[in-house]
Amino acid sequence: MDLTLSPSEEEFRDEVRTWLEENHPGPEPEAGLDEVMAFRREWQLKLHAAGWAGISWPEKYGGRGATMIEQAIFVGEAARQEAPSPANVLGLAMGGPVVIAHGTDAQKQRYLEPILTGEEIWCQGFSEPESGSDLASLKTRAVKDGDEWVVSGQKVWTTFAQYAKWCMLVARTDPDAPKHKGLTYFLMDMEQEGVETKPLVQITGEGEFNEVFMDEARIPEANIVGEVGAGWGVAITTLMNERAGLAFGAIAQIQNSLGRLARLAKEVRVNGGSAAEDTYYRQRIAQLHIEAETMRLNAYRGLTKTMQSGIPGPEGSLGKWQWADINQNLTELALEIEGAYAPLARGAENAVANGAWQYGFLRSRANSIEGGTTDILKNIIAERVLGLPRLR
Amino acid sequence: MYFDLTDEQQAIKSTAHDFLASRFKSERMREIAASDDGLDPDGWKQMAELGWAGLALPEEWGGQGLGIVDLAVLFEEMGYALAPSPLLSNTVAGLALSFCGSDDQRERYLRPLAGGELRGAPALWDAGSPGTIGEFTMEAVVDGDGVVLNGEKTLVPDAAGADFFLVATSDGRRHLVDSGAEGVSVRAEAGIDPTRRFSSVRFDGVRVGAADSLPGSGADYYPVFHRVCVALAAESTGIAQRSLEMAVEYAKDRQQFGRPIGAYQAVSHRCAQMLLETENSRSAVYGAAWAADAEPESLPLAASTAKAYASDVGWRVPDASIQVHGGIGFTWEHDLHFFLKRGRSNAAIFGDAKWHRERVADAVLAGAAETAAI
Repeated sequence: MDLTLSPSEEEFRDEVRTWLEENHPGPEPEAGLDEVMAFRREWQLKLHAAGWAGISWPEKYGGRGATMIEQAIFVGEAARQEAPSPANVLGLAMGGPVVIAHGTDAQKQRYLEPILTGEEIWCQGFSEPESGSDLASLKTRAVKDGDEWVVSGQKVWTTFAQYAKWCMLVARTDPDAPKHKGLTYFLMDMEQEGVETKPLVQITGEGEFNEVFMDEARIPEANIVGEVGAGWGVAITTLMNERAGLAFGAIAQIQNSLGRLARLAKEVRVNGGSAAEDTYYRQRIAQLHIEAETMRLNAYRGLTKTMQSGIPGPEGSLGKWQWADINQNLTELALEIEGAYAPLARGAENAVANGAWQYGFLRSRANSIEGGTTDILKNIIAERVLGLPRLR
Repeated sequence: MYFDLTDEQQAIKSTAHDFLASRFKSERMREIAASDDGLDPDGWKQMAELGWAGLALPEEWGGQGLGIVDLAVLFEEMGYALAPSPLLSNTVAGLALSFCGSDDQRERYLRPLAGGELRGAPALWDAGSPGTIGEFTMEAVVDGDGVVLNGEKTLVPDAAGADFFLVATSDGRRHLVDSGAEGVSVRAEAGIDPTRRFSSVRFDGVRVGAADSLPGSGADYYPVFHRVCVALAAESTGIAQRSLEMAVEYAKDRQQFGRPIGAYQAVSHRCAQMLLETENSRSAVYGAAWAADAEPESLPLAASTAKAYASDVGWRVPDASIQVHGGIGFTWEHDLHFFLKRGRSNAAIFGDAKWHRERVADAVLAGAAETAAI
């Protein structure tokens, strides 16, 4: 058992740390989404120029070929320093890896470089209004027409679709096949007449997500990734990609939030002292710290297991659930500490911390829904880890 | 970065697992639980032959010289099997002598303790005191070159059959007192957990010679305390693991409304929650055990993290398992209640969850708890 980094890993961490410190562009603009995206595009160009874009990708595809630990170090360090997200998150984390794993040489030639530079933004067309947790029931139809496929249907929760050039689209190509078997994975050009995107305003008032409507959109046969009818398998590998590294980013983000929570508790007055001196708040802050620590250590165990066997252990499937719980509890506690001031949001003169916790509280409601609901994760754990019978 | 047991540690685990599974079947555990004194001298003798009495004690004094990770592996299996044994009291006494004793005391007490020939038990908490960690009220009254002890200690684990007590006094010191010494009387207390007994021990004008007071005092015992917290947290994790397995097995088997109850999400999600808590507890325990062996400066926070978390998990998971079992889980006939009782008892001793969370709060709110994400 050794929970320390090797000398070469430490060297890598120092290199990442120094580079980020020297090149960090500061906080994202608060103005609008367009400004944020422009800022992130610029940041991604900088990352790419220094070889930090697609670090998990093999070197021959323009990546860095980093080990899992190096990926974890990079993601953790970037989150710790609150570096902005690159513009093309989904392209880097899912699009590229899926093309590398399942794509043809021509596809690799065509798509990989613009993903790395951020020149072409990618989005993910999986969820549909009637297919959320039961993704494989999706109804978007693709019908073959010569050497093209004609697609009609609707996708939803499509992050940054309004900026995307390419959509990783899963559509039904064989309605008669069993539901997991009749799906195909396409790369759909978003810049065409048959595709319309509409922002979906979320409870924070922002529009990160979109609805995407396809009315006889056209996709060339050459844009199929994998085989016709093999879309489910391709989609699943997409979802599995880069999970190891992500956990360490989430942990660093929670540690940053815990630091802010401690500062908040020290500032807010309750019962003639600060909230940081109040037993009730101290107990709850400590419990969050303890849970964050178990999450960090679980991620270490998961990393060791994955490196040994290539397969994440049971604790690997717990991280996303745990992250959602901790992040929600943390923001709930912050609002509780703010007490009577909790209703005041960003922009209010008397808002605590300029309403940052109000935003965090609202945004974190999605944590137990996005990327697999906690309820479905519990089903998966019960069935696949504990071997309990399936309800269906 | 390697967060898993080594092959040697894996071997300790499977040896312990197999030995305990064959030696402490339910019927045997129940016999010991139902006995007057709760003792099993033959069982302890066999454990000592396996080297467990001195597992994490220095080789120089007859121990195995292994680390706290190894000790945690053993305690986890002891919890899993719910094996009644004086391992806890023996571990506390052994570590105290190892960290704070003189060479003469180590020769007289630690060496035979590590070999299983002598058994020691800590007599720390004063009857009637608030039970605050590290605050003892019994005074060591100076008498010539020694001291005299008067008062009653309570919550003394495995006192029946112990050869000596390690008695804490208000000056932060510990004193070696033979259980047969004049003025010492042991009274068994009724406890919720029949598989680990607590007693009250009276000391009436007991004289301790200078050679029997340990040179260490106060903060010198922190390393002992933190290691014991990790061991107890490991035991609670084993209790949780076994209770989880019982729940899952039952949920697959038991049919209601024409289906195994594990197919219902009210039951399966409860089991998933038990898994989450058990795995978290395990991570916290081995993280702290590793710190004890490799990074002692981070042990205090890691030990409090582990003990706080495992204190809750050690009884909540058996409790949830009882709920999954329904009526049968509430019967004396089913073993689950023994796990609940040990878990709840563990939660209370050596600092409860609230006490340890307060230590964590100290560290977090002072900004000392900043750890790298990796």
